[in-house]
Amino acid sequence: MTYARDVAALARKDLLLELRARETLPAMVLFVLSTLVAFRFALPGGGTERQTIGLLWVAILFTSLVGLTRAFVPEREQRVLDGLVLAPVDRSAIWFGKVTATLAFLVAAEVVALPAYALFFEGLTWETVAAVALADIGICAVGTILAAMAAAGRARELLFPLLFLPLSLPILVGGVGAGVGDDPARFLAFLGLYDAVFAILAWASFEYVVTE
Amino acid sequence: MLVSGLALALLWAPEDADQGPSQRIFYIHVPIALTAYACFGWGAWKALRLLWTGDARYDLESYTAVHLGTIFGTLTLVTGSIWAKTSWGVWWSWGERQLVLFLVLFLFYAAYFMLRFSLAEGPARARISAVYALFGVVLIPISFLAIRLAQNFIHPVVFTRDGPQMSGDMFFTFCVCLAGMLLLAGALYLNELAGKRLDLRLRELREALELR
Amino acid sequence: MIRARGLERRYGAKRVLRGLDLDVARGDFTVVTGSNGSGKTTLLRLVAGLAAPTGGELTVDVDRAHLGFVGHESLVYRELTAIENLVLYARLYRVPEARERIGMLLERFGLWDARNERASTYSRGMLQRLALCRALLHEPSLLLLDEPYSGLDAEGAELLDRELAERRTRATFLVATHDPERLASLATGALAL
Repeated sequence: MTYARDVAALARKDLLLELRARETLPAMVLFVLSTLVAFRFALPGGGTERQTIGLLWVAILFTSLVGLTRAFVPEREQRVLDGLVLAPVDRSAIWFGKVTATLAFLVAAEVVALPAYALFFEGLTWETVAAVALADIGICAVGTILAAMAAAGRARELLFPLLFLPLSLPILVGGVGAGVGDDPARFLAFLGLYDAVFAILAWASFEYVVTE
Repeated sequence: MLVSGLALALLWAPEDADQGPSQRIFYIHVPIALTAYACFGWGAWKALRLLWTGDARYDLESYTAVHLGTIFGTLTLVTGSIWAKTSWGVWWSWGERQLVLFLVLFLFYAAYFMLRFSLAEGPARARISAVYALFGVVLIPISFLAIRLAQNFIHPVVFTRDGPQMSGDMFFTFCVCLAGMLLLAGALYLNELAGKRLDLRLRELREALELR
Repeated sequence: MIRARGLERRYGAKRVLRGLDLDVARGDFTVVTGSNGSGKTTLLRLVAGLAAPTGGELTVDVDRAHLGFVGHESLVYRELTAIENLVLYARLYRVPEARERIGMLLERFGLWDARNERASTYSRGMLQRLALCRALLHEPSLLLLDEPYSGLDAEGAELLDRELAERRTRATFLVATHDPERLASLATGALAL
């Protein structure tokens, strides 16, 4: 399937670029660690599990911000996005490739963050890990298209968090609920629903964000 | 004329209420909320039309609807806060699902205007705004679901509010208020749209003159 | 191949193109001239499909797979090498025998020795040559070139002359330039904005 190969080529390109530049991923990892440490200091008593789970999710969301704000930076220089849009590929493949790569970065950062969290605070339940995995998809799916929107205008670094945070609130609810609530399955199912609905919407509408 | 007719309808209707005076807010608050939803839905519909047909006039219609929706949304928050104060003595309640939902929507649609402001006028801005408006209308049910799920840990429900079991009289009053509010919104919408179209036309004419 | 009637493009209050009519038939070589800000770039972007008209109508009878575009920017990733950039574009344009084609183009534009260098190390002229390689990679039948000679040194300009002459019969051209005399021998029509 050429669509899948287009997506693979684009995702590979993004991973290669990050490997060369080595900017975004180290920044995300360092950021999430610093944030967790800061949260530890911010909760003198150590905090209850309810509180610390919430902080973990905030840390994850803000770390995603760090990564996603830079999502289309390589395409802005030399107007490369024009080059991709001109090509006879489905524009949604551009979205898909970018989501795949961003997902890889986010997961890499979480591979560090989750054990660190378990170390600094209470333990980590498998429900939270599952929730993080599900949430990552939604975060990247929505974040990528919003990053493209923000990149089209001025003040893009300022604008992106404003666009991303309201849409990420349901993810926060789903994630915290899965870790803390009595019925984690419902929250995990909700995260799945969020992912499905917004991923389809983003996939279908990405074309309209990058073309006129 | 239309507006004065509506004002009459709105003033007359609460006379009908045989509940305590604080309940009267209900007749304004809920219709305002429903009207806000209607505006956002209308804006999303126009956005869809824009993306489907590429006809630029839908951009102005979508924007006006979202603008109006945001105003009604803000009013929902204000009237909801007043109602909370008169009913329970607090200005805000996290147990109030509608209120929390509108807070999230307010953040989302406020970002809509920031997004629009950061983009130069043109087909790109129209398309990107339209996609964002679609995300908004999808966010409404998803957020609602999230808030319902989160009820237990966002705010333990301390204040219970009976869903109004409306008697025939009350229901009638409610419907009149709702119809009145929707008509008001419609009138404001047409008015604002006409004003914006006039602005545009004026600008085009001025430009045409300057070139001679 | 290209047909415009009353084509208009405004940016906010400013109208860059007004009531433009244009006909470019298959095999034509149309040169577009005009001072800075006259809309040459805008016109090319409209024809390429990178921008949409705000008024009038525009039909371009070519699909994206057969369209080549050179703009003011090179449209290449700075942190990838020339080869990596061209391999990516070859994939996206489904270019057959990609490796051979890429090698051939790099050689013809004198970039073979620098093929494994990142585009960020390239000079302005080399970037322009790379942009030309990128645009010609898929053997487009419609070429939209926005001041293709800009940044090129004498040698690069000669390479481009040769390339254009060689492709003259195989493609249709719409070229914006400050130097119409250079293309006078190739041109079939002119448009002044």
